[in-house]
Amino acid sequence: MNSFGIEQFPDYKVPGVQHVDFSPYESNGGSIVAIAGDDFVVIAADTRLSSGYSIHSREQSKLFEMSPKTVLGSTGCWCDTLSLTGLVKVRMQMYEHTHMKTMTTDAVAQMLSIVMYNRRFFPYYVSNILAGLDKDGKGAVYSYDPIGHCERATYRAGGSAGALLQPVLDNQIGYKNQNLSLDQLPPLTKERAVAVASDTFISAAERDIYTGDSVLINIITADGIEKRELQLRKD
Amino acid sequence: MTLDTAPDLPRAGFNFDNCRRNAALIQGGFKPPTMTKTGTTIVGIIYKDGVILGADTRATEGPIVSDKNCAKIHYLAKNIYCCGAGTAADTEMTTDLISSQLELHRLNTERQVPVVCANNILKQMLFRYQGHISAALVLGGVDKYGPHIYSIHPHGSSDKLPYATMGSGSLAAMTVFESRWKPDLSEEEGKKLVRDAIASGIFNDLGSGSNVDLCVIRKDSTEYLRNYELANKKGERQLDYRFKKGTTLHTTLKDLEITERVQVVPMEVS
Repeated sequence: MNSFGIEQFPDYKVPGVQHVDFSPYESNGGSIVAIAGDDFVVIAADTRLSSGYSIHSREQSKLFEMSPKTVLGSTGCWCDTLSLTGLVKVRMQMYEHTHMKTMTTDAVAQMLSIVMYNRRFFPYYVSNILAGLDKDGKGAVYSYDPIGHCERATYRAGGSAGALLQPVLDNQIGYKNQNLSLDQLPPLTKERAVAVASDTFISAAERDIYTGDSVLINIITADGIEKRELQLRKD
Repeated sequence: MTLDTAPDLPRAGFNFDNCRRNAALIQGGFKPPTMTKTGTTIVGIIYKDGVILGADTRATEGPIVSDKNCAKIHYLAKNIYCCGAGTAADTEMTTDLISSQLELHRLNTERQVPVVCANNILKQMLFRYQGHISAALVLGGVDKYGPHIYSIHPHGSSDKLPYATMGSGSLAAMTVFESRWKPDLSEEEGKKLVRDAIASGIFNDLGSGSNVDLCVIRKDSTEYLRNYELANKKGERQLDYRFKKGTTLHTTLKDLEITERVQVVPMEVS
């Protein structure tokens, strides 16, 4: 018998003896922002991977190219992100072989929800945002909670600075709480979406200790995925 | 008993009235409000002509940065300064309190207060409170016995060292000292070394960030170099976020017409 096994610990309190419960989760930080337009979608994520007060990596992409029209942004517990995206990629390849076509963004969105709900009582500890072009070629953003609740939106922020960034998007992309008539609203161009996404990350890096180093921005259009990078504070 | 000549004054020192209530609330699942922590990098070294203290300038509340440019090097006396890490209120109040005690001591003895004295008062206070005052300090100063650096832990233990680091970035900063500190550094070399130690904390420890503060204490002069280096530049935003006039809906005062007046009559209490 293992001398450090759980059966060695008495079930009453003994001074100096402490039994620490198995904790399978860890938060590795990171933030995601996605903004959908009429014929494009922008998804951005920072590249800092951390735990506690230490930085594991300053250049870890959190964006996963699932297909030429679909990108998944995933933060939270990094090992769960890897395991989940690996599983989704396998399922997408199986679909491709059975049906002889690539999964659409909408289909990936629904499958992701099901794959996550499959672990209802031992969830993947992740904050997912899926961005892509839907079957009509329009920009689509899907956001998830850790157990698979799925919601389509036009813009979304997630991850460690999600709560800081979402109100900025509500105001700057959704034009919420502004006394403007419809003709006063500037149209959402690709350039404006990229600019707002970059600016929110600059602000998030100021106040969230788990967001920083740099942002990777993927711009998905019918022509393909354009990739850009922007440097952030490194402290 | 209440005397007319000496009305009931609040007792000196901390008030523990709510301790039992708060303990019961926390046991019932209540989440207490978060305290501002300076999950910090603070350092101090001895060099040829005195001591150099250094600190970063980030204060945090959990994962959020609550102050991007706070001052963590506190004044104790003309010849003694003290860096503080831990709960912001504790480091601030502790150093303020000890600062005034040192000044009274100086007036009583009519001498410059030695650094050991500051160390003693600080550690005795922290020990009295059994670690509940979360202040981790790096104390530095120069007196007639020479330059001194002390590191003081929240429970009241202290070490007299030639170079010391404290806070969440202490390991990052100590790596710099362990590789490069040597006795009798020049002032320029010393400042560079302390800057590099703090920068190491700023960039590698998430609890530390923003700028570098230095404090150089020599035999008969002190130089507080607030924001010695701005280690991090704020990113430049691409868009202009100024709102047009009239963006926010509001009612004008004219709309608030008083339609009814209600007079409040105080209830009689038996």
